[in-house]
Amino acid sequence: MVLLRRRDELVCQQVVELVSDYLEGALPRSERRRFERHLRGCPNCSAYLEQMRVTIATTGRLTPGDLSPEARDEFTELFRSWRADGGTDSGDGGGGAPDGIG
Amino acid sequence: MESDVELLARLRAGDESAFVGLVGRYQGSLLRVARTFVPSDAVAEEVVQDTWMGVVRGVDRFEGRSSFKTWLFRILVNRARTSGVREHRHVSVDPTEPAVSPDRFDGSGAWAEPVTPWESDVDDRLVAAAWGPLLREAIDALPDRQRDVVLLRDVEGLPSEDVCDVLGITEGNQRVLLHRGRSRLRTALESELETRGR
Repeated sequence: MVLLRRRDELVCQQVVELVSDYLEGALPRSERRRFERHLRGCPNCSAYLEQMRVTIATTGRLTPGDLSPEARDEFTELFRSWRADGGTDSGDGGGGAPDGIG
Repeated sequence: MESDVELLARLRAGDESAFVGLVGRYQGSLLRVARTFVPSDAVAEEVVQDTWMGVVRGVDRFEGRSSFKTWLFRILVNRARTSGVREHRHVSVDPTEPAVSPDRFDGSGAWAEPVTPWESDVDDRLVAAAWGPLLREAIDALPDRQRDVVLLRDVEGLPSEDVCDVLGITEGNQRVLLHRGRSRLRTALESELETRGR
């Protein structure tokens, strides 16, 4: 049986450039279908997509490093001085925090 | 782990341990983002300290219309802009940087060699722990604008519209920068896996 070759099939080199748009849900519908059609027939691009998913997931699971005891002390001191000096009601102390009123 | 909202509630009540908790959580990312706007580590540290002061003094005015994270990074970028030399708004994207080196493909644009699937053991904490330092290094090596977007979107998990808002870039630019950055990180992980001789 001869499979009809659709026009404008994506090649692998194009697929790797569309991966982020695909994962972000930013591909137009027709483009998304072309992308998924390619994946179904291409184990290499499927493996590549999975690698990107793993990369993103691993990046999202990075945990912050612990503050050094010195840094903890320093910020505790700063906190006390900021609270003592001006407090939270100072109209301009924060330099206009963007979420604030006005 | 205590949520940002819980820590904020305690911070509002004047609890200094809640403040130190928030600092511990975000200090690394704040410094990394600040550093892309200003000329030195010292200035970045000043900007970050100034940001925390803004948080302490502005916390009662934070209304939660955005997430705490988005609010925090917006303060940071505003402060960094006023002390920085780099005008971050102008984003030019190199259209020629491919996600994967062209020599990995044959003349028809198909993979020249099979792509090795990674074992689906990413959830294994040991693997994540082993990759953490490597990923940190790879993120630090990204070009500034890619690093900002990757840090905010993938490390901190901000929604893409918040990333655009904080950095003052368009959705389209954000996606291109994200794509370039993620592709570089994948490449870094791939070479590490190959070096380890799987």
